[in-house]
Amino acid sequence: MKIALFATCIVDAMYPQTARATVKILERLGHEVVFPSGQACCGQMHINSGYMDEALPVVTNHVKAFEAESYDVAVAPSGSCVASVKHQHPVLAERCGDSALKARAEAVGAKTYELSQLLVDVLGVTNAAEQLGSHFPHKVTYHPSCHGMRSLKLGDRQLDLLKSVAGIQVADLPEADQCCGFGGTFSLKNADVSSAMLQDKTKNIESTGASLCAGGDASCLMHIGGGLSRTKSDATTLHFAEILASTLDEPVSVTGEILVGKAGVR
Amino acid sequence: MSNVFMGMPTLPVFGDGNLHIEEPFPAAAHRELGNTQMRANLRHATHTIRDKRLKVVAELPDWEQLRDAGSATKNHVMANLPALLEEFETNFTARGGIIHWARDAQEANQIVADLIREQDTTEVVKVKSMATQEIGLNEYLEEQGISAFETDLAELIVQLGHDKPSHILVPAIHKNRTEVRDIFLAEMPNVDPNLTDEPRLLAMAAREHLRRKFLSAKVAVSGANFALADSGTLAVVESEGNGRMCLTLPETLITVMGIEKLLPTKDDLEVFMQLLPRSSTGERMNPYTSLWTGVTEGDGPQNVHLVLLDNGRTAALADKYGRTALNCIRCSACMNVCPVYERTGGHAYGSTYPGPIGAILTPLLTGIKSEENSTLPYASSLCGACYDACPVKINIPEILVHLRGEDVDSKRGEKKLPSQMDLMMKGGAWAFSSGKHLGLLEKGLPLGKLAGGRDKKIKRLPGIAAGWTQSRDIPAPPSQSFRDWWKKDHEPVAPINEQEKLTK
Repeated sequence: MKIALFATCIVDAMYPQTARATVKILERLGHEVVFPSGQACCGQMHINSGYMDEALPVVTNHVKAFEAESYDVAVAPSGSCVASVKHQHPVLAERCGDSALKARAEAVGAKTYELSQLLVDVLGVTNAAEQLGSHFPHKVTYHPSCHGMRSLKLGDRQLDLLKSVAGIQVADLPEADQCCGFGGTFSLKNADVSSAMLQDKTKNIESTGASLCAGGDASCLMHIGGGLSRTKSDATTLHFAEILASTLDEPVSVTGEILVGKAGVR
Repeated sequence: MSNVFMGMPTLPVFGDGNLHIEEPFPAAAHRELGNTQMRANLRHATHTIRDKRLKVVAELPDWEQLRDAGSATKNHVMANLPALLEEFETNFTARGGIIHWARDAQEANQIVADLIREQDTTEVVKVKSMATQEIGLNEYLEEQGISAFETDLAELIVQLGHDKPSHILVPAIHKNRTEVRDIFLAEMPNVDPNLTDEPRLLAMAAREHLRRKFLSAKVAVSGANFALADSGTLAVVESEGNGRMCLTLPETLITVMGIEKLLPTKDDLEVFMQLLPRSSTGERMNPYTSLWTGVTEGDGPQNVHLVLLDNGRTAALADKYGRTALNCIRCSACMNVCPVYERTGGHAYGSTYPGPIGAILTPLLTGIKSEENSTLPYASSLCGACYDACPVKINIPEILVHLRGEDVDSKRGEKKLPSQMDLMMKGGAWAFSSGKHLGLLEKGLPLGKLAGGRDKKIKRLPGIAAGWTQSRDIPAPPSQSFRDWWKKDHEPVAPINEQEKLTK
């Protein structure tokens, strides 16, 4: 299968190892990965902040970039960005009075999958150890990000994949379904409420005794990880793609460093 | 009045009353977050109701179909509101009721006060009602020399404590029972000075206090949960029986109801009577449901009035992307599951309607430009828990985003200098509207790396970004973007072979 990767802006610029892990997983499964070079961002920050005029060129660019490449399906290691592509892009196009763009956005959205959705529903991966060789001998807990959980209805796909990694120990996170408080510019505009929500999330993570919290959205993980770092916690955060990409030959550390192999340390 | 045709009807009026918030949400939230007792009370209360709701909702295999039916019925009502209102008016009037139309809070308050004065009394008993909270009826009546006694236990607590409700269903949710006892001791006439904070004793004290009012009041004021267009019937759903007393004992009954509360027929109650109690109190069925149709000679109130309130509802209905907020049946499930509400409490929202529904309904009723109401749609991380819990499937996150757009658009051109947020969004639009632009910016990532200290973490940022670093570090950026790595260094890895497969 030819799979187009939507890296997402935050992963592209801040967490390239998450996109590299995604590529590695898909290539290990025998698929061809392409990277539509015109891509930049889903525009969610603009839309969710109410800057619709500014969001329009961003959304248009995304649609154009993914129309320019031929592929079977597109994938992004983010529930939030995929939810934006699938649900927000057509709504924005309609609001801006561009019905042609709306139809094009719907077509791109229909072919776009969040990583665990693609792995489980399309590629039939249910056992990461066996089908991917995933190996990660650490105790982790897992935060299901809101947009993956509620907009995409991912259910336990990410968690089940994690549980199928060899050597892993997965601890239940108390109040897992509660938002971490990120919410894009909510964390700036309502920093106090956001911080109060974050504090409860990091406390719950620490109560599990896990050395890291896994998740499916780099932005939420940056938020939670930033809070853990500020409180000098021993725990940190890591994207589940990096855990799935960790193998006996190329193990990944709890901080996401690829310890051995040609991929090199980040 | 002139008879000259003045052109098309003017745009619908926006609402007034207890809907205009005086303090921006972030400032109010900052203050409320410091109230640790309130936060402990709220956390306990919201989590308890959440668990109860989940349990009773899980009992119904057709819950999702019920939500769909509730949503479809309400959408139908909003699409046909003028015709349904006239049908209701005809039926209500035919059964001896009298309808009054009120454009806004001021009109509604005046109508109610005049009706009370007609009965030659200065005391009324009240059934808990959001509509009368919204229009500030109690305060208005007080100015007119009329005392309104709240008879719902929690409303009574709030009224005796000279406080404001902080939740639409559990107005005193921010108070624990010890605080309630203290309010009763200080404010309730003839209360037993040895009153403890045992809930049963508190309820008995309230009951004794209220019974005297029920038996003496000539006029009752209520709201309504539903109005059935095909029969002209009104319905109140409640838990304590105080509503039943108010609706049946006094000679005069005045109901104030928003025009959006209509349902086409009594059959629709089947759906809503399953949705509402489960979503609000987490009960399969509420203890008291009262329905009344006009006047019955010799039985119950002989003067039955209904004030139909617009107060911004027509304006909300005119908003294509916001109008489903009018589908709200005031169950409060959204606030009970909201992580923001749980931490700030209802007072931070500054309006009669707090929580997620308040963050959309308040600015829809008043217009986004009203005072500080434009800060309300930002009072959400857009986590979506409210949408999942809403029994009539109001897509609250989508309407929040829509109203943020209305806010930003309404301020375009008004400002002399762009805000930091404006600049960030303009810059972002440039960077994110082309892969080339983003790639170019990413060449600067190694520079950003310098901003991190020895531990590769950025701990302090200026301007609005300081909101981030007040409680979070940010990692220094990597030296190479994914895009750059893909172009220069990517070599496909070989598919997994048999030897590499692991058993768990």
